[in-house]
Amino acid sequence: MPRLNTPEELECFRQKILSGRDPDKPCISICAGAGCIACGANEVIEAFALAIKDQGLSAKIDTRGTGCPGFCEQGPVVVIYPEKICYLGVTARDVPEIVSQTILKKKIIERLVFKDPATGAVAVHEPDISFYKAQERTLLCNNIKIDSRSIDDYLAVGGYMALAKALGSMTDVQVLEEVKKSNLRGRGGAGFPAGRKWEGSRNAKEAIKYVIVNADEGDPGAFMDRALLEGNPHSILEGLILGGYAIASHEGYFYVRQEYPLAVENIKLAIEQARDYGLLGKNILGSGFDFEVIVHKGAGAFVCGESTALMTSLEGRAGEPRPKYIRSNLRGLWNRPSVLNNVETWANVPHIINRGAEWFNGVGTDSSKGTKIFSLVGKIRNTGLVEVPMGMSLRDIIYEIGGGIPQGKKFKAVQTGGPSGGCIPEELLDLQVGFDELTKAGSMMGSGGMIVLDEDTCMVDVARYFINFLTDESCGKCVPCREGLRQMDKILTNIVEGRGKDGDLELLEELSETAVEASLCALGKSAPNPFLSTLRYFRDEYEAHIRDKRCPALSCKELIAFYIDPGKCRACGICLKKCPVTAIDGDKEKIHIIDQEKCTNCGTCFEVCPAKFTAVIKTSGAPVPAPIAQEKRMIIKKAPKKAQKKADQNE
Amino acid sequence: MTTSDQHIDELMDQYPPKPEYLIGLLQDIQDQQGYISYGAMLLASEHTKVPLSQAYSVATFYQSFRLDPPGEHEIKVCLGTACHLNGGQQLVDGLSRKLQIEPGETTDDMMFTLSTVNCVGACAIAPVAVVDENYHAGATMQKLEREMRKVIDLSSDKIMGEPNA
Repeated sequence: MPRLNTPEELECFRQKILSGRDPDKPCISICAGAGCIACGANEVIEAFALAIKDQGLSAKIDTRGTGCPGFCEQGPVVVIYPEKICYLGVTARDVPEIVSQTILKKKIIERLVFKDPATGAVAVHEPDISFYKAQERTLLCNNIKIDSRSIDDYLAVGGYMALAKALGSMTDVQVLEEVKKSNLRGRGGAGFPAGRKWEGSRNAKEAIKYVIVNADEGDPGAFMDRALLEGNPHSILEGLILGGYAIASHEGYFYVRQEYPLAVENIKLAIEQARDYGLLGKNILGSGFDFEVIVHKGAGAFVCGESTALMTSLEGRAGEPRPKYIRSNLRGLWNRPSVLNNVETWANVPHIINRGAEWFNGVGTDSSKGTKIFSLVGKIRNTGLVEVPMGMSLRDIIYEIGGGIPQGKKFKAVQTGGPSGGCIPEELLDLQVGFDELTKAGSMMGSGGMIVLDEDTCMVDVARYFINFLTDESCGKCVPCREGLRQMDKILTNIVEGRGKDGDLELLEELSETAVEASLCALGKSAPNPFLSTLRYFRDEYEAHIRDKRCPALSCKELIAFYIDPGKCRACGICLKKCPVTAIDGDKEKIHIIDQEKCTNCGTCFEVCPAKFTAVIKTSGAPVPAPIAQEKRMIIKKAPKKAQKKADQNE
Repeated sequence: MTTSDQHIDELMDQYPPKPEYLIGLLQDIQDQQGYISYGAMLLASEHTKVPLSQAYSVATFYQSFRLDPPGEHEIKVCLGTACHLNGGQQLVDGLSRKLQIEPGETTDDMMFTLSTVNCVGACAIAPVAVVDENYHAGATMQKLEREMRKVIDLSSDKIMGEPNA
């Protein structure tokens, strides 16, 4: 392995890698991100290796397991270069055919290409797929192009060019100024200007300073950091080294959540490779700048995503937040100046250094610059990661990229910002995404989770879900959060279980106000958001639960009931067999009845009742109709003539 | 000194005796032994010069630490937002009913531990369940029951396959 001693050597080495590669040589990129692996990507990778070997093509075709390109729902995703043919939902069985047909004969396999679920239009090439078309993929675009475990692949797409530029031709202050000018705001939640944070640390007097990557992506429903960590770890590392250079820090930390084992593995490997190449360690690229990185695994506490709690955790203690009378960029880890930024923020830095602050300022809105990755999930057709310029409307993201709501259901709201965020209703769909815009609507950018909710989602239950989550995750340091959330959880649980009473909403508002005003950290201060925003836009749902004991979305288990419509039941026996509590009575040709006393509302019968009958009815807020009289339960079938004759003879 | 203590000794050698290494050391111990026994916690706290009470506070603060031995197989159900919307809780209820244990508990025969996790970051393929580190996309009770039978078979094969066992 070469140790690269100057920026020129790095450039020479890059050219050497590029000259050894034929851009026209077929290359098969197979997504090996967690989502695709769950759908069988490892078997697909093995099958490709085998098929290529069997057909004696090893020298003619390259394969690589890459990071997540974002379209997880349709995984495993396979992209064939140089044509950029994109196959979705590939299984190991498809592989021999892909090699013999598409690679050798350049024939497209129709069944594996993208079909727009809304229009039925077919797209063969990756850039033509509606999911990708409206995106602007600055950070994610390399994920499918590089083997996430190969530093050479990263170098081949221009990796560490920004580091070479900074160390070779810019002073540390110039790097800092460039980031400041770019108006890059932190991607982790609050959107604090990164340059200002850096400047504070840079100007601090202490000799030892730290830079930290917050990769404790705890927001349920968000996984963009995971995609970057697993798919393009070097881009984050490069950003971190640049940050270290800019603030004169020589020690960096990755705080990665342990629920992401592959991310931990890839980032550790990236660090080793960078060290071997001389891009980490002493005298990086001959500049005299020293920098080392340590990886720390989180241990499953959501609150550790908060900057001061994360630093306490790095110090080896229970991750409780600290007061921020003095900001952590002046007094952070071990009371030393520490710049902590989110994964995505760091990944933006090399691009800013490479292309300049002006380029970055050219994308986005007045107050939010650049692109942002959202994890678009929930009740939406095309789920996955989307990277769009700031300022795109929610409607465009949900309908143009996401393809709208599946199964003809109606859109109800979109939840952004994770547990600290809020729900945005249909009337605000034209809102532009940006830090300030979302906050004004009662939600927040957060780290970029975007969870689409349809008419079947109960908004009270959504609020209860998040409050319950935060109750569990509250570190317990401050009373308004520890006790207040617990009470809120209790009251919301009462409401969804049909025990809500007048005055509950006022009490919840009071508890919210106290938590917002009197909690120490952002977790407590923003915890009531899911309740407040749903109350603001969906008060009628709360009132229906409390006053009419009715769940308008037919979702709250305690407020719904199931019964079988005797006019539709064909006594097929499926629900009867599947009911886990034997609450269904019936027989062959005898209309089935649900015993309401025994029924646990698990919904199994509703799911298994064949679509041609849809005899199981879900209801809420109205009494269940009395069961059909015993003597009317036999189904008199119009038997076919032959059978009828036989029956007559028997009689 | 028991063999497990020796293993812990070897792990401790990799960490300088400083408080900031407590979490990493406890993680390694759990990776190796499946949980943190009282003895292991005592050794770790002594090594990193952290009072035992504080080590206990750390181990109970973070969700990933386990103080009781787990079952042979672990079923983790993701309850992230996307999984919640797509029926994650129903999976937990179903598995609870099937295994007759609550989340966090282990079956009497020590075969399965059922746990829930905040988010495994595979939201696009919700609901997700993780059986022994294998992710299952679009999990249903039927799929999970099949998977459980598979791992039970594997375990019994393993026992039968070892002639000296």
